[in-house]
Amino acid sequence: MSGCRDEDPRIHGIKTKIGVVPNFPKPGIMFQDITPLLLDPKAFKDAIDLFVERFKDNNISVVAGIEARGFIFGPPIALAIGAKFVPLRKPRKLPGEVIFEEYVLEYGSDCLEMHLGAVEPGERVLVVDDLIATGGTLCAAMNLLERVGAVVVECACLIELPELKGRGRLNGKPLYVLVEYQ
Amino acid sequence: MASEDCQDARIARIAAAIRAIPNFPKPGILFQDITTLLLDTRAFRDTIDLFVERYKDKDISVVAGIEARGFIFGPPVALAIGAKFVPLRKPNKLPGEVISEEYSLEYGKDKMEMHVGAVQAGERALVIDDLIATGGTLCAAISLLERVAVHVVECACVIELPELKGRERLGDKPLFVLVDAA
Repeated sequence: MSGCRDEDPRIHGIKTKIGVVPNFPKPGIMFQDITPLLLDPKAFKDAIDLFVERFKDNNISVVAGIEARGFIFGPPIALAIGAKFVPLRKPRKLPGEVIFEEYVLEYGSDCLEMHLGAVEPGERVLVVDDLIATGGTLCAAMNLLERVGAVVVECACLIELPELKGRGRLNGKPLYVLVEYQ
Repeated sequence: MASEDCQDARIARIAAAIRAIPNFPKPGILFQDITTLLLDTRAFRDTIDLFVERYKDKDISVVAGIEARGFIFGPPVALAIGAKFVPLRKPNKLPGEVISEEYSLEYGKDKMEMHVGAVQAGERALVIDDLIATGGTLCAAISLLERVAVHVVECACVIELPELKGRERLGDKPLFVLVDAA
């Protein structure tokens, strides 16, 4: 079953609010810009509602959001479903004890960090970001959570770029998206 | 008075949920870490509720949040009061046309950017960040918005460090905080 809600009437409004910016951050890339969505209170609320409806009865105790745009969508979902919010951050931003996971980029590598003790073993977690491209960042996020014994129930993004095959990179973990960009 | 007791209890819980980490990001700095607040579902909800109660009847159409921790508190407030959320970002993160404001750090400078057209002249705005220290970042945010003729109604932070006199640096711009960290 496709993890994509293209039959809900709210989806059309959300789709029209995603801007495409060519050649950003570099030539050849069509950047999916979610900021126009944030300027439309109804469309922003609809996006959050769609996630909340899907996850509220799933016994999820943690929403993990990936810096920085995952910080915009994760907390409203966490608040609505009564879950903790855990920020997954770039290196050296989180104070205190962290664990880190390195992951590969097109050129070079990057690193994602999480606070030790933020998530307990056995907790059920939702990972949120604005977009899934190759899936590298979401994979790193899932690894961090699984290393501390948490269960990643699903990954949730507003946008998927199916051509980049990120869905297949999630080790069988379900992915729920609102909009696909072809 | 009953409503004051209720408010005091919520503030006390919020203050207790914030942890201070010594010598981060460098020796001598006592870092106020809000991530533990985000793990306390009731305290996080109370934080948002306290801001929403203050701002919901003030005809605010824009909540501007400063990257990155302002992205955690701003969107839930924006959604609850029916306002737009506008991210104020580090350089080169926002695609498309931006305006930027340079500001001083203890050593060197930084730059903050906002999308052109995100806000309209005459809109009433709230600026949100997790913490005010010297006030430099908030001042830059106020400048960006005022340059496009937006009226900044108030700045809102979870935490204030009063010794650093950020409130004075905001001049006549009102500041609302939940917790003082001495």
